[in-house]
Amino acid sequence: MAEEILRVENLHVSVEDTPILNGMDLTINRGEIHVIMGRNGAGKSTLASVIMGHPAYEITEGSIHYMGTNIDEMSVFERARAGMFLSFQYPAVIPGVQVGTFLKKSVQSVRDEPLKGREFRKELNGAMATLEMQKSVLSRYVNDGFSGGEKKRLEILQMLLLKPTLALLDETDSGLDIDALRIVAKGINSVAPEAGCLIITHYQRLLDHVQPHFVHVMIDGTIVESGGPELALKLEEQGYEWLETAAEA
Amino acid sequence: MSDEAREAVGDYQFGFHDPENATIRFDKGLSEQVVRDISALKDEPEWMTDIRVKAYHHFVERKMPDWGNCGELNNIDFDNVTYFLRSSDATEKDWDDVPDDIKRTFDRLGIPEAEQKWLGGVTAQYESEAVYHSIREDLEAQGVLFLDMDSGLKEHPEIVKEYFGTVIPYSDNKFSALNTAVWSGGSFIYVPKGVHVEMPVQAYFRINAQNMGQFERTLIIADEGSSIHYVEGCTAPTYSTDSLHSAVVELIAMKGAKIRYSTIQNWSANVYNLVTKRGVAHENATVEWVDGNIGSKLTMKYPAVLLKGEGAHAEVISVAYAGAGQHQDAGAKVHHLAPNTTSNILSKSISKNGGRSSYRGMLQVTPKSHGCRSKIVCDALMLDSDSRSDTYPTMEVGNSTADLEHEASVSKVSGDQLFYLMSRGFSEEEAMGLIVNGFFEPFTRELPMEYAVELNKLLELEMEGSIG
Ligand SMILES: Nc1ncnc2c1ncn2[C@@H]1O[C@H](COP(=O)(O)OP(=O)(O)OP(=O)(O)O)[C@@H](O)[C@H]1O
Ligand SMILES: [Mg+2]
Repeated sequence: MAEEILRVENLHVSVEDTPILNGMDLTINRGEIHVIMGRNGAGKSTLASVIMGHPAYEITEGSIHYMGTNIDEMSVFERARAGMFLSFQYPAVIPGVQVGTFLKKSVQSVRDEPLKGREFRKELNGAMATLEMQKSVLSRYVNDGFSGGEKKRLEILQMLLLKPTLALLDETDSGLDIDALRIVAKGINSVAPEAGCLIITHYQRLLDHVQPHFVHVMIDGTIVESGGPELALKLEEQGYEWLETAAEA
Repeated sequence: MSDEAREAVGDYQFGFHDPENATIRFDKGLSEQVVRDISALKDEPEWMTDIRVKAYHHFVERKMPDWGNCGELNNIDFDNVTYFLRSSDATEKDWDDVPDDIKRTFDRLGIPEAEQKWLGGVTAQYESEAVYHSIREDLEAQGVLFLDMDSGLKEHPEIVKEYFGTVIPYSDNKFSALNTAVWSGGSFIYVPKGVHVEMPVQAYFRINAQNMGQFERTLIIADEGSSIHYVEGCTAPTYSTDSLHSAVVELIAMKGAKIRYSTIQNWSANVYNLVTKRGVAHENATVEWVDGNIGSKLTMKYPAVLLKGEGAHAEVISVAYAGAGQHQDAGAKVHHLAPNTTSNILSKSISKNGGRSSYRGMLQVTPKSHGCRSKIVCDALMLDSDSRSDTYPTMEVGNSTADLEHEASVSKVSGDQLFYLMSRGFSEEEAMGLIVNGFFEPFTRELPMEYAVELNKLLELEMEGSIG
C-alpha cells in the first residue's frame, strides 16, 4: 500500500486578510513526484511556504497532514527536523556565514546523531561531485553574490545532504543552463524514490529529465486540473487560457 | 561570589573570582598623596612621579566630557574606587611560581592552554600588575622587548621617558589624566629596526576585585621597517557595584613599520570602560586597530591614528554589541596630517534588548595633505525595535584632492533570512546566532583563530533565551 507523506485538505490561506489559497487538495505518497504549474501569482510559492510553516501565512480553513499528523502547531525548524525540505524560489542571502559552516550546522540540527567530521566531509564531497560543484563554494558566504543558477545548485546540495522525506522544490529549474538542469535533475532523481516530491515549475523541459507521476494546474489558489506528464506538454503548447475559460464556465 | 552579586550579574559565563589576596591595598579615593604613594611604592624615577602628580591635578580640574553619554559618566563615583592594588609581589616569568589561586583563575580562562600553543608571549594581568610574563626565546633573541609596563620603566627608563605620553598626553582628556596619575600594569613593547614578529603577542587582562579600577598603560614602539601584532583579550568577573576601567594605549610606528593591535573586551554589565587608544604612523607606516566591544555598562572608545608621515596608512575595524542596559559609544578617529595618506574604517554594531550603540567618528584631512584617500563604512544591525543605534560622524576636510567615501546602513534581521535558516533546521535562537556571527564576520576573520571561536561562542550565548 502507498505510504502517505503529505495530505493537504481544503486548504484556505490568507496573508494579512487577503485570501491566496482557496481550497487546495493534494495528497503525495512516498515515491511520487507531483508537479504544480500555474501562472505567476497563482499561489504556488505560497503553498510551498505554508507547508513549510512560514509564520506570515494564516490557515483560515482546512489542514496539512505530514506522515499522518496534523502539523499546524509545528514550527518551521521542527518541520525541517522531521524531514521536510523546501528548495526556495528566492534563497535568502546570509552575509558572513560560510557555506561549509552553514551546511555542517544545518545537517547537524536536522539529524539526531552527532556528526563525525570526516564522515560528513566524505558525504559532502560525494554530493558536490554529483552536482559538479567547485570546492571553493564552501568558503563563500551563503548565497551572497551567487548567480541564479549557483543558488539553485546550492539548494539541491542541501537537499542531498538533508535527505528529506518530503521535498518541495519551488522553481528550482528557473535560471539554470542546460547542463545545470541535467545536473539538478540528477539530484532530484536521487532523492525522489525514497521521498515525496512536489516540484513547482513553469517549464516542461525539466520533465524531460524528471518523470512526474502527476501534473497539477493551479489557478487562483486552487487546483483546476490534474493529469499525467502529457498535461505539462499540453500547457507548453496551449498556455493556460483554455483552463481559465473552462474554470469560468 | 555572594548571592547578591550573582543576582546582579546574572549567569555571566566567566563571572567567577578568587578571594582577594591583595597584599597591599590602598583605601578608596584619590589624592595627591595616594598618587605619590603609588609612585614611591613602585620605586619610580622622579620624572614619572612628577608626571603623575601633574596629571592628577589636571584630572581634578578637568571637566567631564559634555558629549557622549554624560548622564552615565556623571554617575561614576571616583571616591569609591580603589586606585592601586598589588596582588602578587613580583612579576613572575616562570609559570610554576605563579600563586595557585591565580592559576585557577587563568585555568578557567584557558591561558595555560593558549600558552602551550603558538603564543608569542603571555602577559597575564592580574588586578593591577602583571604576575606572569613570558617571552619566547626567539623574541628575546631578536631583541624584542616585551615586558609589563612597570618592569619596562625599571629596565628601560630611557625608552619609556622618550615616548611615554607623547601620543596621548595626560592633558588629552579627563580619563587620560586619571590613567597617567594612577597607571599600573599594561604592556611595554619595543621592536627593533627591521624585526618582524611573526606570531601575535597576547595578553589577558582581568578585573578581579570589587570596585577595582584598572588603569593599565600600554606603550608599543615599532622601529623602522619592523612589524608586530599585539592581541589583548578580556573577560571580567562580575560584581554588583560599578567598576571603572580606564586604559591608555599608545602606539608608535616608525618609518615603514606596521603595528596591529587587536582587542576583544567582554566586560560584565557593571563596568565603565573609558579607554584612550591612539597610534602614530610615520612615513609609509601602518597602524591597525581591530577592536571588539561586548558587554560593559558604558564603553567610550575611539581608537585613533595620526597619519604623520607621507604614505602612512590607518585601518580601524571595530564591532560593538550592546545588550540590555548597555551603551557602546565607539568609533574611530583618523587624522590625515601628511600627503598621500590612506585610511579604512569599518564599524559594525549590534543592539539588542534595548541596548544602545553609537558610532562616533572623526576624519580630518589637513590643508597641506593632498592625495589622501579614506573609506568609512558603518553598519548597524538592530535585533528588536526597543534598541537604538545612532551615528555621529564628523569630517574636517581641508584639502580638495581628498578622495572620501562614506557608507552607512542600519538593518534588521529579515523574516526571509529567519525562515530560510529555520527551514534548514535551526531554531530561532540558532538562526539569530548565525546571522549575528555573519554580521561580525568581517571583524572576526581578522582575529587569531582562538579569539574568533570564543567571540562566536559568546555571541551565540547572547542570543540564547532572547526570543520572546
Ligand atoms: N507575504 C505576502 N504578502 C503579500 N502578498 C503576498 C505574500 N505572499 C504572496 N502574496 C501574494 O499572493 C499571490 C501569490 O503569490 P505566490 O508567490 O504564491 O505566487 P506564485 O504562484 O509562486 O508566482 P510565481 O510564478 O511568480 O512565483 C501574489 O499575488 C502575491 O503577491
Ligand atoms: Mg513562486
